Amino acid sequence: MKLLYFAWVRQRIGVGQETVSLPAEVATVAGLVDWLRTRGPGYAEAFRDTRAIRCAVNQEYVEPDQPVSADDEVAFFPPVTGG
Amino acid sequence: MAVRVQEADFDVGAELAALTANNHRVGGVGVFVGVVRDTAGGSAVSGMTLEHYPGMTERQLAAIEAEAAARWPLEASLIVHRVGRLAPGETIVLVACASAHRQAALDATAFLIDWLKTKAPFWKLEETADGECWVDARESDDAAAARWGR
Repeated sequence: MKLLYFAWVRQRIGVGQETVSLPAEVATVAGLVDWLRTRGPGYAEAFRDTRAIRCAVNQEYVEPDQPVSADDEVAFFPPVTGG
Repeated sequence: MAVRVQEADFDVGAELAALTANNHRVGGVGVFVGVVRDTAGGSAVSGMTLEHYPGMTERQLAAIEAEAAARWPLEASLIVHRVGRLAPGETIVLVACASAHRQAALDATAFLIDWLKTKAPFWKLEETADGECWVDARESDDAAAARWGR
């Protein structure tokens, strides 16, 4: 699975993107976040308050109950501030 | 119907001229130009860096533009958004909508910038005397986008 991080999510985790092998028990965005939190203090800090984070799967906004699979591109980022 | 994301500055006048060139059905053009301010919440801002999600940004902008075209009788529309480092006074974004009559042009322009602010994946990192700071999303922007419904 390809993971992308932007803005302060990227800064806290320390990389902008990575490719991971999805554990079998991860089936949704919420499950993915729970697993990512265990990968280190930067991840735990980035995902401490998930209300402050938005998620896109294959470049479309999704909710935490969205299913995910190994072929997906999943991005985590703060609420957007363009314009 | 066009969207562009770019680091380079651009000429608003030239963009508007190209938008309506040879289309004499156009009776008016609504325009919004976003500019970098030198203050934020009382602090001086010396510049900002705009980050985005390449690919998703263009898809979201195209979807927003298609939504505007479905709601109003537009002859043409354009969104140009800059990324990278910008200094106070520099142009961040241009939104323009051309229509036969002014109300559609003005309303569609307001709709595009309101939806862009809450849906297009851009993030602003401001430079202040206290250091760099990610700009927080504003509830007033959500309210502005919500007034257009879904």
